[in-house]
Amino acid sequence: MKNRVKDLRTEQNWTQSDLAEKLDVSRQTVHAIERQKYDPSLPLAFRIARLFGKTIEEVFQED
Amino acid sequence: MNKPNTPGQTWKTRTHQKTIHLAYWTAGWLLTTALATFGPIALWGDTQWLTLLAVLVNALIGLGMILTNVQFLKLQDEFMQKVQLQAMGITLGLSLVAGITFSLLDTTNLIRQDAEISVLILFMGLTYLTTLWITLRRYR
Repeated sequence: MKNRVKDLRTEQNWTQSDLAEKLDVSRQTVHAIERQKYDPSLPLAFRIARLFGKTIEEVFQED
Repeated sequence: MNKPNTPGQTWKTRTHQKTIHLAYWTAGWLLTTALATFGPIALWGDTQWLTLLAVLVNALIGLGMILTNVQFLKLQDEFMQKVQLQAMGITLGLSLVAGITFSLLDTTNLIRQDAEISVLILFMGLTYLTTLWITLRRYR
């Protein structure tokens, strides 16, 4: 699964640590998601989308 | 995934606090293990009830350490739980195989030394740390 988390984060001028704190996860988790090495669960994916004011399809796409 | 226990606390703060708790319990378990091991030799001699008490205290603190470790794992986010689970799974498998191999080498007299449990514990600790490090590197 591909995602636009890094683009959306940089648009907000947030660091990985900032995003991790807002999502209540570790910085390593944000890093792994941004590097497309880890696909988050649906609840976390929804939280990410909601945080950026997007739909889940706008943030995550199938390969 | 776990939600904050205390409002305003971040994942980092909660994990840090629980890591310190786990360190205290682990240190307590190590100290009581040393007490139960060396107490009869250096402190109270053949007084059996003191030895039994030391072993029971050690087991209880060991139980506390396990429960704290469970709480620590529950506090982790989904990704870190996955990483921990992978590291623990590999450690369990390798320790089982290595432990049996080590024991067989001892019982068949292919090695001179006795298959001590302390060697297996050391192996488990090093395997866990190494696999945790490798697993985290894989996701970078």
